[in-house]
Amino acid sequence: MVFGKLREGLSRTRNRIAHALRRLGGDTSTAQSLEALEEILYTADVGPLAGELLADAEKQLRGGRLAGPKELPEYLRGRLSGLVQGPEGDPLPLRPKGPTVVLIAGVNGSGKTTSVAKLAAWLQRRGNRVLVAAGDTFRAAAVEQLRIWCGRVGVDLVAGAPGADPAAVAHDAAEAALRHAVDVLLVDTAGRLHTQSNLMAELNKIGRVLGRKIEGAPHETLLVLDATTGQNAIQQARRFTQAVPVTGLILAKLDGTAKGGAVLGIGSELKLPVKFVGLGEQLEDLEVFHPGEFVDALLAAPQPA
Amino acid sequence: MLDNLTQRLGKVLDRFRGPGRLTPEQVQEGLREVRRALLEADVHFQVAKNFTERVGQRLLGDERIQGVSGAQQVIHAFHQELTALMLGDRPALPKNTRHPMVLLLAGLQGSGKTTTTAKLGLWLRQRQSRKVLLAACDLQRPAAVEQLVTLGKQLELDVYAETPGPGVDAPGVARRALERARSGRYDILLVDSAGRLHVDQPLMEEIAAVAVQVQPDAIYLVLDAMTGQDALESAKAFAERLDLYGIILTKLDGDARGGAALSVREVTGKAVCFAGVGEKASDLEEFHAERLASRILDMGDVVSLVEKAQEAVEEEAAEQDYARLLEGKFSLEDLLKQLRALQKMGPLKKVFGMLPGAGRMSGLLEHMDEKELRRMQAVLLSMTPRERLHPDRLDGSRKRRIARGSGAQVSDVNRLLHSFFAMQKQMKQLSRMLQGGASRKRLMQQLGDPGRMNDLPGGFPGRPGRPKGR
Repeated sequence: MVFGKLREGLSRTRNRIAHALRRLGGDTSTAQSLEALEEILYTADVGPLAGELLADAEKQLRGGRLAGPKELPEYLRGRLSGLVQGPEGDPLPLRPKGPTVVLIAGVNGSGKTTSVAKLAAWLQRRGNRVLVAAGDTFRAAAVEQLRIWCGRVGVDLVAGAPGADPAAVAHDAAEAALRHAVDVLLVDTAGRLHTQSNLMAELNKIGRVLGRKIEGAPHETLLVLDATTGQNAIQQARRFTQAVPVTGLILAKLDGTAKGGAVLGIGSELKLPVKFVGLGEQLEDLEVFHPGEFVDALLAAPQPA
Repeated sequence: MLDNLTQRLGKVLDRFRGPGRLTPEQVQEGLREVRRALLEADVHFQVAKNFTERVGQRLLGDERIQGVSGAQQVIHAFHQELTALMLGDRPALPKNTRHPMVLLLAGLQGSGKTTTTAKLGLWLRQRQSRKVLLAACDLQRPAAVEQLVTLGKQLELDVYAETPGPGVDAPGVARRALERARSGRYDILLVDSAGRLHVDQPLMEEIAAVAVQVQPDAIYLVLDAMTGQDALESAKAFAERLDLYGIILTKLDGDARGGAALSVREVTGKAVCFAGVGEKASDLEEFHAERLASRILDMGDVVSLVEKAQEAVEEEAAEQDYARLLEGKFSLEDLLKQLRALQKMGPLKKVFGMLPGAGRMSGLLEHMDEKELRRMQAVLLSMTPRERLHPDRLDGSRKRRIARGSGAQVSDVNRLLHSFFAMQKQMKQLSRMLQGGASRKRLMQQLGDPGRMNDLPGGFPGRPGRPKGR
């Protein structure tokens, strides 16, 4: 599966670097092309990594390893693709026996609940039996939101009372998952800013409770990142990986204008694979991440000039 | 918050601290780094570019103030430009509006509109004593209506909501909410609206239709403080299509790098009016550009700190403490008193983050939690009152006794003293800046009004020094 949605209408767009270089005219100087490159990288939220990439590109140009600025697009595409990993094979491999437990975490408003629903739909499409746990007992009506989504997907939901201990909900959900012998248990959690250490501890507890009921659980912990977030995304990833064993990322809201470049910094620093991308507002708008496609989209100009 | 940017800028500014004039080369070199620091803090590309150009003009052009050192010039230029970058020309709330006043909130998905609607409602009731009605007009996101209704119940705010279904559309709900606001004699109607992934035609048409129904006195754009470059572009698109009054910045309590706060006014032409600074419903504040600029430059946010302290301690006692503080008489006794008050003031980091020079102490703050606070108190209480008043007289033997008495190590005692002396030094600088004896009111005026900065003798004072012991 490729970023069909992302590529939609992209055929007429062009590589931004190539475009910028063309705009600068035939005999572009190294300084000019680096300047163009700088703007492209920073406006795509690549962040501090951009400085490094620029320095490397300059070295390549001045050292004669690149024949000229014309070779920059291809060079950069290669560099960037190497910085971020996709899933190797199946993004969500199931255990041979017993439910596979997937914990979903992220900051407020990153798109966790929607991602849970999309993931449930994705799993169901591939023929898995799914149970969802509404672990966000904090935000008003979060359970209702998930209930509506689950109704649309057609999967069952385990929920507790508002304000209930999310670990207790996780516990009940794990039991229900065993009882009903589902393939996958998806556990939604409340949004928490990564700076709130008590809430990070709570997340850890949810994981432990799941592990007590189902061996090795959670088998996957996916961190949902908002693609429109800037460099703070890296800090989020750092803090969440410190609190819980994050196994991968879901890049939500990557809808074609947001570039999600911060994920490159996360990939190069934390070596976390991006497993899925959320591309729209429909249940089907979740796709398996592919580094090459992602980089192409990141470097693509939104409109033909 | 903003630690990253503060530290990066601090490094650059430190290089400017040497005596004498700055050469144009030095300035250019420094500004390149500033620009990169801004970009890495998510400041919009064009804004970062323009900002450094403006600062450069100030530093190299004719606007230089005679007889002031290079470092002071730089701080002054940065402070003014940072403030100018964020400063709005309107009050947070529109004035002279019709009755009821109608406020409409717009924004992207996940920016925090619904939560902010409730927070702003609470702020208006608590701080402005207004009778507020909330209108649940986000009919897109599942259970958004229910979320607002629940929040309303929790905060005892009235909510106008209809069960989403066929025939129920946002403009209709908004119109009926306004009728309710009129008949119920509410002062203010606050209208939540639906968010979208990015600015698209249907979203704009829906908000425009809601606006037609309620004729809002102000439309606020709700923006996530952690926003990157593209979301700023979205903000711009909102500003182009809607007659925005101002911005409400949310999630400023995380470690947002400040990019959105610094960029949004220049990108949209509208200033930040309010900022969400915490998870609690009461964690919404009026936004002060000048104070944030001070905080970014690590000059601390003494005014906010005082306001916080005011809420926590008795007015009169605070006044006294403040007078002492301004006289440069800041002793360990005061520290102890403040530590006790601190516990009432909320999360430590938040409070300490407002202290001048706190960015430089971030190593210390990193480990600063409630436990550490109690440990500090124990150390302080293990001293005699006389020792607390004259900490400079603490010798090795006394320190050992204090450590034993509080179950701490001598190094803990030393660490506390180091931080204390650093604080004391900054308090003194502050008081010098005010030529002593100034009242809190005057301090607030001066810190709150950038125009007055020029009136201070000798331009703006240098930034507080690096605390000893690091």
